[in-house]
Amino acid sequence: MEISPIIRIEKLVKKFPMGKSEFTALNGIELIITRGEFAGLVGPSGSGKTTLLNIVGSLDVPSSGEAFVLGRSIGNLTTKEAARLRKENLGFIFQSYNLLAVYTVYENVEFPLLLLNYSASDRKKMVMDSLEWVGLADKIKSKPPQLSGGECQRVAIARAMVKKPSIVLADEPTANLDAANSHNILKTMVTLNRELKTTFLFATHDDKVISYLRRKIFLLDGNVDREEIKPN
Amino acid sequence: MIKFLLKGLIRDKSRSRLPVIVVATGVMLTVLMHAYIKGLMGDTIEMNARFSNGHVKVMTKAYAENMNQTPNDLALIGTAKMLSNLKNQFPEMEWAQRIQFGGLIDAPDENGETKAQGPALGIGLDLLTAGTKETFRLNLTNSLVRGKMPENKGEVLLSEGLSQKLSVNPGDKVTFIGSTMNGSMTVFNFSVAGTLSFGNEILDKGAIIVDIEDVRNALDMSDATGEILGFFQNGFYDDESAINTSEKFNSAYSGNPDEFAPVMKSLSQQGSMGQYVAMSEYWVNYIAFVFIIAMSLVLWNAGLLGGLRRYGEVGIRLAMGEEKGQVYRTMIFESVIIGLAGSLIGTFLGLFFAWLIQKYGIDISGLMKGSSIMMPSIIRARITPADYYLGFIPGLISTVLGTMLSGIGIYKRQTARLFKELEA
Ligand SMILES: Nc1ncnc2c1ncn2[C@@H]1O[C@H](COP(=O)(O)OP(=O)(O)OP(=O)(O)O)[C@@H](O)[C@H]1O
Ligand SMILES: [Mg+2]
Repeated sequence: MEISPIIRIEKLVKKFPMGKSEFTALNGIELIITRGEFAGLVGPSGSGKTTLLNIVGSLDVPSSGEAFVLGRSIGNLTTKEAARLRKENLGFIFQSYNLLAVYTVYENVEFPLLLLNYSASDRKKMVMDSLEWVGLADKIKSKPPQLSGGECQRVAIARAMVKKPSIVLADEPTANLDAANSHNILKTMVTLNRELKTTFLFATHDDKVISYLRRKIFLLDGNVDREEIKPN
Repeated sequence: MIKFLLKGLIRDKSRSRLPVIVVATGVMLTVLMHAYIKGLMGDTIEMNARFSNGHVKVMTKAYAENMNQTPNDLALIGTAKMLSNLKNQFPEMEWAQRIQFGGLIDAPDENGETKAQGPALGIGLDLLTAGTKETFRLNLTNSLVRGKMPENKGEVLLSEGLSQKLSVNPGDKVTFIGSTMNGSMTVFNFSVAGTLSFGNEILDKGAIIVDIEDVRNALDMSDATGEILGFFQNGFYDDESAINTSEKFNSAYSGNPDEFAPVMKSLSQQGSMGQYVAMSEYWVNYIAFVFIIAMSLVLWNAGLLGGLRRYGEVGIRLAMGEEKGQVYRTMIFESVIIGLAGSLIGTFLGLFFAWLIQKYGIDISGLMKGSSIMMPSIIRARITPADYYLGFIPGLISTVLGTMLSGIGIYKRQTARLFKELEA
């Protein structure tokens, strides 16, 4: 398998203004993620996991240094270009699912495809495929408030996967789930990673998630502390 | 995409139904308030128009100069011809001849000796011609307290106040003492048909309503009249048309040095009424303005809050790759729909309630005791064309502006911050 960097991070620094001074959340991160990885940012609370994930997801920009995602420098993208990168190439999974409550399961999953102007028939097929992957094809008419937490997170996974993005970014995806549901969705993601070659990057301190990661990137005080790679 | 958003808008009641109700309520109040104030101010003008000023009034130039003394020695001569000329030139208006006069009313006892005496303000108008509009115009039948409407020559109506002061009852005789057109003294006997209550201090104190032919006999004014009043057929004073009508009429006599030549004056050109008309317009505009501003602030705020509440949804849509500009535009688009729906419903309801008040009126006679200006005791709203669009200022414009303002936060904030708010 060809090894190509899909994410390349160089000397990345992120500072947040805090009163009159600044707080350094990321302090010179160096990191390369290759296509098809199933990797995770691991570390204690406040170590900078979410901050790094947000920059990779073009939801935030570096203070200095570089973050290249699919060859594009996040710091130099216009908001339009960043939106386009997210729309076409990135899928997000959040701790609190973040589904749109008034829309059905089907409509929530369909939404990213509307932004990409797929035809109605293509949309239908892709949404149904995606819901098959997460085992929710029978709940298309339900709305998020009627679903369990595990089901909601599976809808969120289907929504992130429906456009077959290059990268899925998942921030604490299991934080609100019990053990059985956590294992369930993690297995789903492992399968999707294997079958669709989607790159997964997690931010987590949940042992269950960590146990599934093939590569663990330990962050400490805004720096990469060490890494562990699971032998195949 | 638009279909998708509309679906969400309709399903989310807190985003559609509630704001529409808020906007509709605000718009309704604005429309109602405007029509009500317009009616209140207008009714006072109409009351003065009906009793003394007309929407326009024709007099001799000399009479006009001393109008508040009602100088009948300067009255118009050749009334019949003048009346038919007016009807020809301005067929769209109603014309009524009036003689205002002052004098003493003397109530004799059974021996013919004076029992009581009092000054009276007389109005001579057409009471007896079949189909006369004057009784209706002055609402005389409904103002009757005792007795009946005059049916024969020599029968008059007294204000209830005057009849009490003189202790006369319907059926009694009274004597009018005054001066004729030529300045000589005249004494004339009338029989009281009924008494009236106008709900107006000045009139209630000492008015006597007499058929104009009787006044002509008493004051020696054959084919003469003090004034000819003109009324717009819809019953509402319109200053611009009144002034236009007067100018049209007066152009035929311009440069005529004869002080007995006729002149037409609009209500606003008669004494202090001009000030009142100007003041009432000012007040209507001022109150409407204040009210619109207040409502606008409320609805602006509602739009603002509605927008802020949605930062979470905005965050999700941005993460999905929607552009900020598009998210912003769709929020505005939604607020236009909400504002439009609310304004339409509110305008409709406001017009409906205003129409009810225009038709049935609100009785404020209890509040009017002791008032010296001629004000009506029943307030009616008056719907004007402005009421059809006025509500859209707070309803549509402020709602949309409020949303626009709240949406600016989408641009100002880092996208990641929107997520912080979303996770909370
Ligand atoms: N917008 C911000 N403004 C100021 N400080 C921030 C901001 N976002 C993050 N921080 C700070 O940066 C540090 C790293 O935050 P981050 O959210 O990346 O941690 P994390 O590793 O994801 O922690 P957790 O496991 O609790 O989610 C924290 O100390 C946090 O307080
Ligand atoms: Mg975090």
